[in-house]
Amino acid sequence: MSIDIQIEKRETAIVVSPRGDLDMSRSPALRNSLRSAQGDKPKTLIVNLASVEYMDSSGLATLVEAMKNAKNNSTKLVLCAMNQKVKALFEIARLHNYFNIVSSLDDAVGA
Amino acid sequence: MSDKPHVRLEILSNPLYLCGARELVSAVAKRLSFDEMACCQIALAVDEALCNVIRHGYNRQSDRPIWLSLYPEGPADRPDVLRIVIEDEAKQVEPDVIKSRDLEDVRPGGLGVHIIKEVMDEVRYEKRGEAGMRLTMSKKVVVSSGTDAGAPSASCTGCHHG
Repeated sequence: MSIDIQIEKRETAIVVSPRGDLDMSRSPALRNSLRSAQGDKPKTLIVNLASVEYMDSSGLATLVEAMKNAKNNSTKLVLCAMNQKVKALFEIARLHNYFNIVSSLDDAVGA
Repeated sequence: MSDKPHVRLEILSNPLYLCGARELVSAVAKRLSFDEMACCQIALAVDEALCNVIRHGYNRQSDRPIWLSLYPEGPADRPDVLRIVIEDEAKQVEPDVIKSRDLEDVRPGGLGVHIIKEVMDEVRYEKRGEAGMRLTMSKKVVVSSGTDAGAPSASCTGCHHG
């Protein structure tokens, strides 16, 4: 199932903004977008989750994979603007300290 | 405890239908007075359980059956427990081997069982007769002074289309 994903440049960062639910049917599309964005080895990769209302463990797995790739490429990966339900999922999975999570896109660009 | 489910849904093992299952469970939980976060967590547990059946039980075959049954329990006029049963015809495994993995080992995947056990009060896996597995999980309503349970709400559907 397709998912709307916007990719844009902000200063030295690439911002990937998925829209909708990130579940098993839609996470593969985000994985492809993140891999594509990481191909350019940007200084900073921002995943803007402002329009993601729901995420399950397949979404988490996609972001963990992106984080590992980012570390290999010396790219700084920042997650921003997640809602309380999504934030709770990171806490349940004990991943909230593994990622660099900030509250807004502006904070992420300046991080 | 009633033997007859109040709601029973049969879906194919296609990730496309996860959203519908989440919507259904979340809406029922809301009517049973679970707060918004609990509704979302119950929907998350169902989502993770269905994903595990699709991914591990059916090896991603998208045309196999999964049954989702809901049993509100407790006082007849105000049930305060939601029991959820998910059944399949997938390959059987020993229930004891279905465990959470070590979370210190950060890697993609393998979080579903941990998430289910974290958000639900009781979780039990068992073999289902000669074929398939059965997952039974339940959660009790936690009454808080600030709850607006039962009030109409457009949120807490566990599924939003952007």
